[in-house]
Amino acid sequence: MTRPARTKSSLININKKLSFVFNGKKYEGFQGDTLASALLANDVKLIARSFKYHRPRGIFTSGSHEPNALVEIIHDDYNEPNSKATTVELYEGLVAKSQNCWPSLKYDLMSINDKFSKFIGAGFYYKTFMWPSFFWEKVYEPVIRKAAGLGKLSKNKNNTNSEKGFLYCDLLIIGSGPSGLISAYIAGLSGIKVIIVEEDYVFGGSLNNEIFKISNMSPQAWVQSILKEIRKLSNVRCIENTSVIGMFDHGVFGAIQKLKESKIEQIFWKIMSKKALLCSGSLERLIPFQNNDLPGIMLSASIRSYLNRWSVNNFDNVLLFTNNDDTYLTALDLISNGIKLIGVVDTRDNPRIFDPKIKVFKSSQVVNAKGKLYLKGVDIVNKEGELRHLKCDYLGISGGWNPNIHLSCHTGVRPEWNEKIYAFVAGKTNVSTHLKAAGSANGKFSLNECILDAEKQVLEILLDLKMKPKKYSLPKIKEQSFEIDPFWFVKIGSQRKWVDLQNDVTVKDIEMAYAENFRSVEHLKRYTTLGMGTDQGKTSNVTGLAILASLSNKSIPDVGTTIFRPPYIPLSIEALVGSSIGKNFKPTRLTPTHNWARDNGASFTETGLWLRAEWYSQKNEYHWRMSVDREVNSVRNSVGFCDVSTLGKIDIQGKDALEFINKVYCNGFAKLPVGRVRYGLMLREDGIVMDDGTTARMSENHFIMTTTTVNAESVYRHLEFCHQCLWPEMDVHLISTTDAWAQIAIAGPKSRKIISKIVDKQFDVSNKNFPFMACKEITICGGVLARLFRISFSGELAYELSIPTQYASSLVSYLMEIGKDENIIPYGTEALGVMRIEKGHPAGAELNGTISAQNLNMGKMVSNKKDSIGMVLSKREGLNTLDGLRLVGLKPIKANHQLVSGSHLFNSSDTITPINDLGYITSSCYSPTLKSSIALGFLKNGNSRHGDYLKASNPILKTEVIAEVCNPIFVDPNGDRLRE
Amino acid sequence: MIIDHPLLGPRDASEFIYLGDASLLNRPNWDGKKSEDNFYKYLYLRENVAGMHKELWFHQQGDRSWLVISRNTVTHEIFKVELATEFKKNMGKSND
Repeated sequence: MTRPARTKSSLININKKLSFVFNGKKYEGFQGDTLASALLANDVKLIARSFKYHRPRGIFTSGSHEPNALVEIIHDDYNEPNSKATTVELYEGLVAKSQNCWPSLKYDLMSINDKFSKFIGAGFYYKTFMWPSFFWEKVYEPVIRKAAGLGKLSKNKNNTNSEKGFLYCDLLIIGSGPSGLISAYIAGLSGIKVIIVEEDYVFGGSLNNEIFKISNMSPQAWVQSILKEIRKLSNVRCIENTSVIGMFDHGVFGAIQKLKESKIEQIFWKIMSKKALLCSGSLERLIPFQNNDLPGIMLSASIRSYLNRWSVNNFDNVLLFTNNDDTYLTALDLISNGIKLIGVVDTRDNPRIFDPKIKVFKSSQVVNAKGKLYLKGVDIVNKEGELRHLKCDYLGISGGWNPNIHLSCHTGVRPEWNEKIYAFVAGKTNVSTHLKAAGSANGKFSLNECILDAEKQVLEILLDLKMKPKKYSLPKIKEQSFEIDPFWFVKIGSQRKWVDLQNDVTVKDIEMAYAENFRSVEHLKRYTTLGMGTDQGKTSNVTGLAILASLSNKSIPDVGTTIFRPPYIPLSIEALVGSSIGKNFKPTRLTPTHNWARDNGASFTETGLWLRAEWYSQKNEYHWRMSVDREVNSVRNSVGFCDVSTLGKIDIQGKDALEFINKVYCNGFAKLPVGRVRYGLMLREDGIVMDDGTTARMSENHFIMTTTTVNAESVYRHLEFCHQCLWPEMDVHLISTTDAWAQIAIAGPKSRKIISKIVDKQFDVSNKNFPFMACKEITICGGVLARLFRISFSGELAYELSIPTQYASSLVSYLMEIGKDENIIPYGTEALGVMRIEKGHPAGAELNGTISAQNLNMGKMVSNKKDSIGMVLSKREGLNTLDGLRLVGLKPIKANHQLVSGSHLFNSSDTITPINDLGYITSSCYSPTLKSSIALGFLKNGNSRHGDYLKASNPILKTEVIAEVCNPIFVDPNGDRLRE
Repeated sequence: MIIDHPLLGPRDASEFIYLGDASLLNRPNWDGKKSEDNFYKYLYLRENVAGMHKELWFHQQGDRSWLVISRNTVTHEIFKVELATEFKKNMGKSND
């Protein structure tokens, strides 16, 4: 048979041929085709195998509601499973294959399931895989997992480029069919900011499928003319290839845009809109009858769209089966294209006569479809019960139309039943809603009604926004009517009648669920899987409810409906993540001396968002321990410096600043003199330690608080809470200055020598005039503003020098220069950590959110003579038991044994079971000072166990070390060195 | 969600951090007879409201205001957004 060329549609460019491959075979299509339209035009009817029974399936729809035609799109380095052939725009070189079949689409071995269908109906898994219970993990689950699922992931790294973006507008219009375009036009003219999004790659929605006249133009020409007018308006943005996937609270919408010929392949838009208009049209429903899933059976309007929009011209011997008027448009278009129409099987007794040329089988039903891999013919039965066989290649069915109200449910609003159109429409709510439905999505099924409704809705929105419409004109359309008969499914016949094609749910499955008392819609859905999957039952849900209603002798609104949830169409996690992957997942913060450290042999470690130098390797050092041990020894014997800028710094000023600080720390601050620093312990209101740090009183009403690196943000937030929510009457001002001031620790017995060399002459840093815990605002290097604190984390004589960030890198270079004689060295976080463990200072590993001041041996610090956050509850009985955990030091009896963090502590004679657990190790290191592994940990009744030997057991690493309990301060327990 | 900040206008909820029930503003006295019991109630006992709820949000990616937001926990509708400092001052008296 020679076919006419596919020239009729303006939406197909026959001058641009595209070649593609499906299941290994090469085909040709044209620009404007979807994969589905190109396959149909190439006589490819069998596209997929069904989910459960592996039944042969073909293309059923022409849009994103497609349940059947799911394929795998093969890219160079990854696969896109479950792609709908009906929405994939054809491109040169596209490669696709069928999924869920083996060894081939035509001979699928798993179709054996179909033969056993009697045994594997709804609830089969629940009933069968119950016993013996140990079979589940070993046998059942692996087998089910292998058989389940549709497409397969390639498991290769996906190299598509995704981005995220934000859009703002007054009115978001979802869908660009007749009501969307009219609304965008009227709203756009008024001057408000409008965004109109279209899921398809061309604008026009259902108008692209029609050939009747609008204002004496073809619908496609009318779409182009109104689009031209809309595009003149700079306040309207038209975006195609974009699906709105969800409506969220307060007018926030998510949308996914697919881009062609661009480096960025998809953009996830977060759209903030004052108002939104749902112009998403309506979706046709099927009618279940025996074997209604054979390839060749399609929705009636989808046949029309393939015929008109895509010029698919090889339809032949077409039969239609309907309960409503819309199908006659398909019939008329088939005839006018010279395609053989066998007739229309209409369930109604007196359908309107559209054209005497159309043969109508009144009061009749299609009761069975015949054919093996394709449709060959059908049996129809009339009112009198007379059976008749009709040969046909294609059958278009229409069980009526559902307004596409998916998005209207996303904020929890249930749809409402409309008795006039036998469908659910968007529910009303007493909450101010941002979304209205218009046109066909609002249940107005004829074109003239649809356009009038869009006008009405958009004028109401303009009124709400206090905008006046400008002059506009509406297109001229011939009156149309829409009538429908509530016919839901064919009762005749005992073979399977398919309701949900994607999930292989049949009328029988629904009957079984009902018989087994799964009678609520929510139970029905979960028991049978009706309405699940990539199409979310867009063609089948309401039909399923109707069958349940008929079983229970209830009306559909009485049966109720399940609710739609986002997303409207499946989207990849990648689309939501955008470019926030790998190193882009979170920002990286660099210390002020980062580049200097990088150039001087540092390797870096992540602490929170920060990258910090962990140690500085020298030429002869081939193991990190060599560098760390050397750094510790240098500091303990001479001098070193370390960038500690990452510690949180909060500047606190105001008349009530001291009182405020006294309330947020549990220890006393009321008597802190000017020029002095104090260690502060901060509790949560429940009495658990939140953070620790130091606070310096620079002047009467000016304080600088430091926090640990990781808690910098949360402590700052907490202080703002205390100020704004608890004591707003206090005169206190807080600001984080972490990034503004660099802080360099200079530590070691020779640190004063170094400090004296940089501090300007007028400042005296002698031990007498600048003792331990002193602080002062000074200048260095001839006038650079700085703050000097005599505090020590290492346990040595030490200073912390604070300078504006921009001077930090010059300062450290300068320190290297002037410290040559003392062999000054930079040290990293690892040496810092070793020295603080040697000194028994708690840090992040100890302040783990379960530890009280008591546990840290700091119980007495909590002053009960004043109000402070956490004081009252820190006195709770449970936090103050005598045998509670206490911070202890641990030392292995053999120096070469290694203590490991996370190990638990047991009496040496006890077995390793949870009941004997006495505590755990929080920090451990090799101490070059003690030449032994050491650790800090929490031990029950720890203070009275110094000198005892315990087992430190780590069942994960399978290590067990005998260790002696000791004072957690290993080095200089009296703190003499600090004060030298 | 969109939060209509009293100083900055409508802002996306992702700029904020949620804390919880605004009853946290009513911190009990520390030295009263039943202070331990009062603090226990203050910290641990919460109404689990289905409906109107006053709650605390912090504008972390913004001006660092603590806000008291009146929100319907069922519909997410926001009725009122106030600065916590103002709210607390309007409560009449500070609790300490």
